[in-house]
Amino acid sequence: MLGWEFPPYFAGGVGTVCYELTRGLAKRGVEITYLMPHGPSDLARTHVRLLAADKEVELRGITELRVRSLLSPYASREGYARAHGALLRGEATPGGLYGADLLGEMRRFADAAQEIARREQFDIIHAHDWTTIPAALAIKAASGKPLILHVHITEFDKTGGEHADPEVYALEHEGFHRADALIAVSNYVKQRLVERYYVPPEKIRVIHNAVDGSPQRELGSARERIGPGERIVLFLGRVTLQKGPDYFLEAAAKVAPLMPDVRFIVAGTGDMLARMIERAAALGIANRVIFTGFVSREEAERLYAMADLFVMPSVSEPFGIVPLEAMRHGTPVIISKQSGVSEVVRHALKVDFWDVDGLASKIVAALSYSAMHHVLREHTFAEIGSFTWETPATQCQHLYDEVLAW
Amino acid sequence: MVSVCLYFEVHQPFRLRPYSVFDIGKSEEYFDDEKNASIMRKVARKCYLPMNALLLELLARHPQFKASFSITGTALEQMRLYAPDALASFQRLAATGRVELLAETSHHSLSFLYDRDEFAQQVRAHTQQLERLFGQTPSVLRNTELIYGNELGQWAQRAGFSAVLAEGWDPVLGWRSANFVYGAKGAPKVKLLLKNYRLSDDVAFRFSDRGWSEWPLTVDKYASWIDDANGNGHVVNLFMDYETFGEHQWEDTGIFAFMRALPARVLAHPHNAFATVSEAARNDAMDELDFPSYVSWADAERDLSAWIGNGMQQAALDELYRLAPAVREAGDPALLERWRKLTTSDHFYYMCTKWFSDGDVHRYFNPYESPYEAHIAFMNVLHDLALRLNVRLRRKGGTDEARTPRARAFVTQTPSAQLRVARRDDARSGGDRESSTQERSNFINTRSLSERGA
Repeated sequence: MLGWEFPPYFAGGVGTVCYELTRGLAKRGVEITYLMPHGPSDLARTHVRLLAADKEVELRGITELRVRSLLSPYASREGYARAHGALLRGEATPGGLYGADLLGEMRRFADAAQEIARREQFDIIHAHDWTTIPAALAIKAASGKPLILHVHITEFDKTGGEHADPEVYALEHEGFHRADALIAVSNYVKQRLVERYYVPPEKIRVIHNAVDGSPQRELGSARERIGPGERIVLFLGRVTLQKGPDYFLEAAAKVAPLMPDVRFIVAGTGDMLARMIERAAALGIANRVIFTGFVSREEAERLYAMADLFVMPSVSEPFGIVPLEAMRHGTPVIISKQSGVSEVVRHALKVDFWDVDGLASKIVAALSYSAMHHVLREHTFAEIGSFTWETPATQCQHLYDEVLAW
Repeated sequence: MVSVCLYFEVHQPFRLRPYSVFDIGKSEEYFDDEKNASIMRKVARKCYLPMNALLLELLARHPQFKASFSITGTALEQMRLYAPDALASFQRLAATGRVELLAETSHHSLSFLYDRDEFAQQVRAHTQQLERLFGQTPSVLRNTELIYGNELGQWAQRAGFSAVLAEGWDPVLGWRSANFVYGAKGAPKVKLLLKNYRLSDDVAFRFSDRGWSEWPLTVDKYASWIDDANGNGHVVNLFMDYETFGEHQWEDTGIFAFMRALPARVLAHPHNAFATVSEAARNDAMDELDFPSYVSWADAERDLSAWIGNGMQQAALDELYRLAPAVREAGDPALLERWRKLTTSDHFYYMCTKWFSDGDVHRYFNPYESPYEAHIAFMNVLHDLALRLNVRLRRKGGTDEARTPRARAFVTQTPSAQLRVARRDDARSGGDRESSTQERSNFINTRSLSERGA
């Protein structure tokens, strides 16, 4: 299995998915070697055999640079260049850098992976997301083994629709067409693959993500408050175009005059943060919106528990695991219909992200109609408990069996 | 001698449009006219018109053939608005003299459980509608979704009805058979006609079910089951939703052909006959039946949980009926009629979460995406109506404001908070309302409501 991160050496949500999925697969007797571009020399032993490419092979002229890469699941070339610039200016983030160009780095990972693959035993290549595509294709070419690409997001989702990077698109397109099978994390992603990448639908299997669904009742019941009688509507996620923070603010501005006791929290950071703070002021709701900036895992959990309502107004969300995390605390959620998670969650309010009036109306209703809030809360607990990683792991294994039988 | 009593329920609700919080105080457009029109026209085309034509044909061919209907007031109004040809064909059926119409609430409401004044008025309004449109005065009563409890029988006796329809539910019947006529507990003059749910559901639910061991259901097979009742029954009550024909069971299942052939085959047995509901009720009562709690014809549970099973449904019903006295006093017939359209039980059914959780949403038609959407639209509309009611009452003057809904600033006053205010008011004025939604629902399920103002 190929990925760019693995807990505890990880940056984002896809790492968690890889971790939970491999755990489920390992329980079912699947042996996994997990290869990622970089890692420390003392990798923790876990349910998978974890390999870091930069520790396994001598790469031409760069082995002396034992540093973490900027390669990340959400990396865009633009973002990568920006991070690189920050590093050069001395505003160093943890770790370092050995390639100013993301595509170049992915190719170097491919060279290393190909070499490592020659001495490894495996039956199937399972690669996560676009950054591993060159490596996955190189291994497939070297070994002749079937390749499954696991698609968590596409370039179209990252760019909010119409400004896809042609080089990234070309790479994705090549990978999607040369892979033997694709796993899409939602029907939403599958539709993208069919409509934007012209992948034959029969080649795609939808396997929804899950969440560790044990309800956090204790946390949920001990609710923290900002002020007495005050209620909280929470946005938590990267403050970027894709996540729709602007729609959240527009809706908040419609709700605020109707409900003087409601406060809105925007938790997270991103390239739209400054613009959003200005927008809140322009809408006249600066005193009603709290911008927390970056939140840690622990702070996120506290916010979920505090919130009376969680809103995920994403413009494009291939899956969207965050509402499930909020639901673990019994917090009712409003989710964008343009998300994969809305395909699997029943007990939630759902809106089109562009329908600001609809979102505002549902926020007011969810906070005003207490009987409904209560019913939602109870069903939220019950529903979240039914999610488990067993399901996607089983589906993955079935796909492996199928692919091997071809 | 066995009389087959065919009874069909015809109903359509006025579905709400997705009425937003921001429509409150601005829009009186509560109902989705377009959707209601298109559904009525579709059902008329697929069910009412072809099935009425078939029944007319059968009535002409078999002088002994008979049937009974209840047609709700909301269905009649929608036919008038959107499918006058369907209304005319029901009128032709009634004019044969062998199709009997039953009384029920004009708006297919749960008012018997919540407000007996309202119930009495809706039954009266429906009876007047039948007299006006069909020239018939009903003598047999059926309550919404066949909901029955002892108190309904007692009410029916006071109102002069000869019989009431109910579910032939085993826990109530015990060792007794639904194929006899019974007396209502505490109402000796009222007969109970009990639905034979096995034979009824064989047609209504299982007719096209290929997984059913008796599929395909032939006329011979089905009629032989009816024949079997001879010697241990007087009636076979086949009660079903009229949409069974052409809507639930599509034409290509052969349901029309089945019904076309059934009467002749039933009448081939010398001891079989057909009866309308009032004729069936002339059989002697074999025993008195006790319905200590309410029984409906819905779901495996046969209880009220499809309409008042969760907190959203209870809150919506409480809020709605709290307005009842004021909305009747306001002297605005249009406002009263719109409020009554909200009493239709379907609105609460759409808020049911019990099938939604199982993912079994396709079996139960719901115009909303979820029970939550249904609740939101309903509560938003109710808030608007309460605001308009308050304006009306203030204009009228002299009305005791304490008895009118507290439709204050929508946002500071949540409905349940209003509910608590109302209950305190009731307690002060010696009203007999229960103290919380939870208590109220238990009350309905276990003891049956105390009668108010009947």
